[in-house]
Amino acid sequence: MNAPAKPREKTRFDTIGKPRRRVDGRAKAIGQTRFADDLVLPRMLHAKLLRSPHPHAIVESIDVSRAQAQRGVHLVLTGAEFPVPYGIMPVSQDEHPLARERVRYVGDPVAAVIAVDEQMATEALQLIDVKYRKLPTVASPEEGLAKPEPRIHDYGERGNIHRNQSYEFGDVEEALARSDHVFEDLFFYEGNTHLPMEQQASLASVEGDGKLLLQSSTQNPHYLHRQLARVLQVPAAHVRVIATPNGGGFGGKCDPGNHEFVVAKAALMLGRPVKICLTREEVFYQHRGRHPVLMKVRTGVSNDGRLTAMHLQTLLDGGAYGSHGPASTFYTGVLTPVTYELPRFKFEACRVFTNKPACGPKRGHGTPQPRFGQEVQLDKIAERLKLDPAEMRLRMVTQPDSLTASWLHVGSTGLAECIRKVVEMSGWKERRGKLGAGRGLGLACSTYMCGAGVSIYWNKMPHSAVQILLDRSGQVTVYCGATEIGQGSDDVLAGLVAESLGIDPGWVRCVTGDTGITPIDLGSYSSRVTIMMGNAALQAAGRLRDTLAAAAAEALDTLPDRVIFSQDRVFAAQDAGKTMSFIEAIALAEAKFGTLAAVGSYAPPKPPGRYKGAGVGPSPAYSFSACVVETEVDEHTGWVTVPKIWIAHDIGRALNPVLARGQVIGGVYMGLGEALMEEQAFRRLPPKLSSALVHRNPSMLDYKSLTSLDMPEVEVALIEYPDPNCPYGAKEVGQGPLLPVMPALANAIHDAVGVRIDEIPITPDKVLRALEKKEKGEAPRVGPESFPSVPYPAPTFVLPPWEGGDGNELKGQEGRKAA
Amino acid sequence: MSAVPDRVHATLRVNGEDQQVSFAPYKTLLEVLREDLNLTGTKHGCELGECGACAVLVDGEPLLSCLELAVQCEGRDIQTIEGLAKGTELHPLQAAFADHGGSQCGYCTSGMVMTAKALLDKEPAPSRERIREALAGNLCRCTGYQQIWESVESAAKALREGKR
Ligand code: FES
Ligand code: FES
Repeated sequence: MNAPAKPREKTRFDTIGKPRRRVDGRAKAIGQTRFADDLVLPRMLHAKLLRSPHPHAIVESIDVSRAQAQRGVHLVLTGAEFPVPYGIMPVSQDEHPLARERVRYVGDPVAAVIAVDEQMATEALQLIDVKYRKLPTVASPEEGLAKPEPRIHDYGERGNIHRNQSYEFGDVEEALARSDHVFEDLFFYEGNTHLPMEQQASLASVEGDGKLLLQSSTQNPHYLHRQLARVLQVPAAHVRVIATPNGGGFGGKCDPGNHEFVVAKAALMLGRPVKICLTREEVFYQHRGRHPVLMKVRTGVSNDGRLTAMHLQTLLDGGAYGSHGPASTFYTGVLTPVTYELPRFKFEACRVFTNKPACGPKRGHGTPQPRFGQEVQLDKIAERLKLDPAEMRLRMVTQPDSLTASWLHVGSTGLAECIRKVVEMSGWKERRGKLGAGRGLGLACSTYMCGAGVSIYWNKMPHSAVQILLDRSGQVTVYCGATEIGQGSDDVLAGLVAESLGIDPGWVRCVTGDTGITPIDLGSYSSRVTIMMGNAALQAAGRLRDTLAAAAAEALDTLPDRVIFSQDRVFAAQDAGKTMSFIEAIALAEAKFGTLAAVGSYAPPKPPGRYKGAGVGPSPAYSFSACVVETEVDEHTGWVTVPKIWIAHDIGRALNPVLARGQVIGGVYMGLGEALMEEQAFRRLPPKLSSALVHRNPSMLDYKSLTSLDMPEVEVALIEYPDPNCPYGAKEVGQGPLLPVMPALANAIHDAVGVRIDEIPITPDKVLRALEKKEKGEAPRVGPESFPSVPYPAPTFVLPPWEGGDGNELKGQEGRKAA
Repeated sequence: MSAVPDRVHATLRVNGEDQQVSFAPYKTLLEVLREDLNLTGTKHGCELGECGACAVLVDGEPLLSCLELAVQCEGRDIQTIEGLAKGTELHPLQAAFADHGGSQCGYCTSGMVMTAKALLDKEPAPSRERIREALAGNLCRCTGYQQIWESVESAAKALREGKR
């Protein structure tokens, strides 16, 4: 195992594991935290974007002269100013800050006005004359497969297929053929969006030294930094990105946004600060949210309820641009084998471009959709085989330190404990089936990565780095590129450094998310920050501790490795009377060794899989969750009420239990909203109204989300089996707990009224339709009825570890037969 | 018909202090607070009355500042998040939100705290149900609300015990 370098670990903690006020809590509670739109600079101008009213059109001409002449207008920009495309993934650089010759969805930006205030900029937008030539549109992946022309992009696999892939780990058909049962189910998961409370905002300016500064509500300042340099064609060293604290991200602020390039370019051209804040409606167009995914799941099972093989097919509605799509496509399958022992696995996935806002990463990135399908199908299997769904799962959870058929390494796992815990908390055994008419319990499990094993662009450098400065005033300043999006990354950073140095977190000042000052961290995505930043922080702190110990040992008359750091003091291990304050230790060390600073960095271990494509899915560790949802279904209205949810999350170790619990409940909340109501849905206007594909509900009123009145009580258990790859054993908690909620709800509805809703969201109309079917004696199910023929490629064939494989692709039919 | 003036001059009473301010007459209270008085503690998530992030207290009642014209607030008592702490000492609601996970990203926090304050000013011991109801117009995407309810309960207790 490639274990990361770790400093000597503490086992008794002063700070870790204790509930405490988060380090940024005070500023937030008094309204002093400065979000991007709170920033103001002298001579600041305001930008507004003109967006396409057509879902697919050629931009024949743009005349900006009238807008340009308008009072208060300083600059009008069009695609002509932006020849270089961008995209977060190197293989999908398919966007321009302002469309050049083509628009691809309603809302695609075509021009920008920079004016004295927002009002004037908005008025001037109406004076821009754009001539469009409308093109036929693609509304769904099915349509995209059927209509290869016109192509939305001139790259991709072919026609309107963006990504198309197939992997097979062991001969799946052969295993299905000899299974006692084969279950085949279709599922659909509608798209939904992040809806962060803060609308995206950015402020660009030119600093005194002539360099560009962009302060922006971004989760990924590092990737934005790279893209800005590329698109604006200025050296990266002349660009500085500061990620302002995000008012929620959930993946929606991972992609660089059109607006960020526009204000940056305008500031460089005008030499004045330029700010933009998207309207709520524009946030719905920026999107990058959950992909709508159609799934077909064929699973072989033995009579005693063990899995033999699974063939998973997914079809993703990508929207108009690549975004994180190549990764999203992988994620609709790669984590499927992590929860339960699965001897063979085949996974085919296809992402199709459509004329709608681009889909991308949302909390759980690509994995909630197949998880929903898998866990609902397991419930059906348990029902058919007359097994308890919890018991059945318990018997087949993956083992610690094992490999999956697809060569992912599962390190620590507390999944069995999670299942036992929610069974106990919810009274599953005693209450299930005895709640009375219309009421039910459902269970589901899930897993998530603690950081992607591979960076978004290929490189061999660290994924996270931390620098710590100490000085004789006792000040501990910690620098890291990680971004605070509400998840508590600053608190994790301060807490870990404080614990390692034996001081109160209040001593630590965090400087984060500033590419001009902080060492690189890849960003707040894929639940990577606690693990990667945390390991880097512990390495840096460990180095400083060694230095301090070397200086203090002499004065304490002990050996450096016998020096203990605790409670703002330094002690000799054997004699607590020999002690000095932390500040005295710093002064000694500073005198002896000079100015005190240390860096630490972290890169994930090399994954065991060696086939092409093995880079998506590996992680230093996986978190696990199990969830029980209780429902009450009104059989007359189809209305689903959720009185209570129990969830157990295998977190390794909870660094600050207040925050950990908050992340779990927040994840459950978001999952329940997706399960019951959230949908980013579109409709086609009638031909006389342009046939445009328009967003059904681009407002917070119409895009339904759970309010304080709708949200049930959530009972949380944190399962703590420290993971050796993680800082003090702490695994992720930001995304995992969302995942089991949707299938647990669907399973609970089945338990309550005996109908299957194989589609998310589960709205009352669907429940009613299923109940009507049940009444009529038809199959009591609502969900997709067919799966189109998708031209998946021939699979990359890899033997599972237990079939003699070595992690490489087995080439050719011969090799496969021999296997 | 007389022309609409470019700017109006008004005296707004904000957090107990009279503020002379001149602004375009179409500006909302939200805009004047944030842009003309630099009180950016009040947030916005929609500017359409849908999210509650912009809630402030006007004459003790929670009000969505994005829906109210600033000119209509002359002579009324406006309270924002900035006026809640006593010097550096946090209001019990602020302390509770910071301590009990009531605030994650913090973006909904000002609106939540102000709305909760209006509730506690009237009902010092609200039930969980009452708290949920009172906050139903304030969306939060981070917390799942539970730690917000707990924060309000803890603050109510502190206030009842005379911690302020
Ligand atoms: S900004 Fe006022 S309610 Fe949303
Ligand atoms: S704490 Fe982020 S929206 Fe409420």
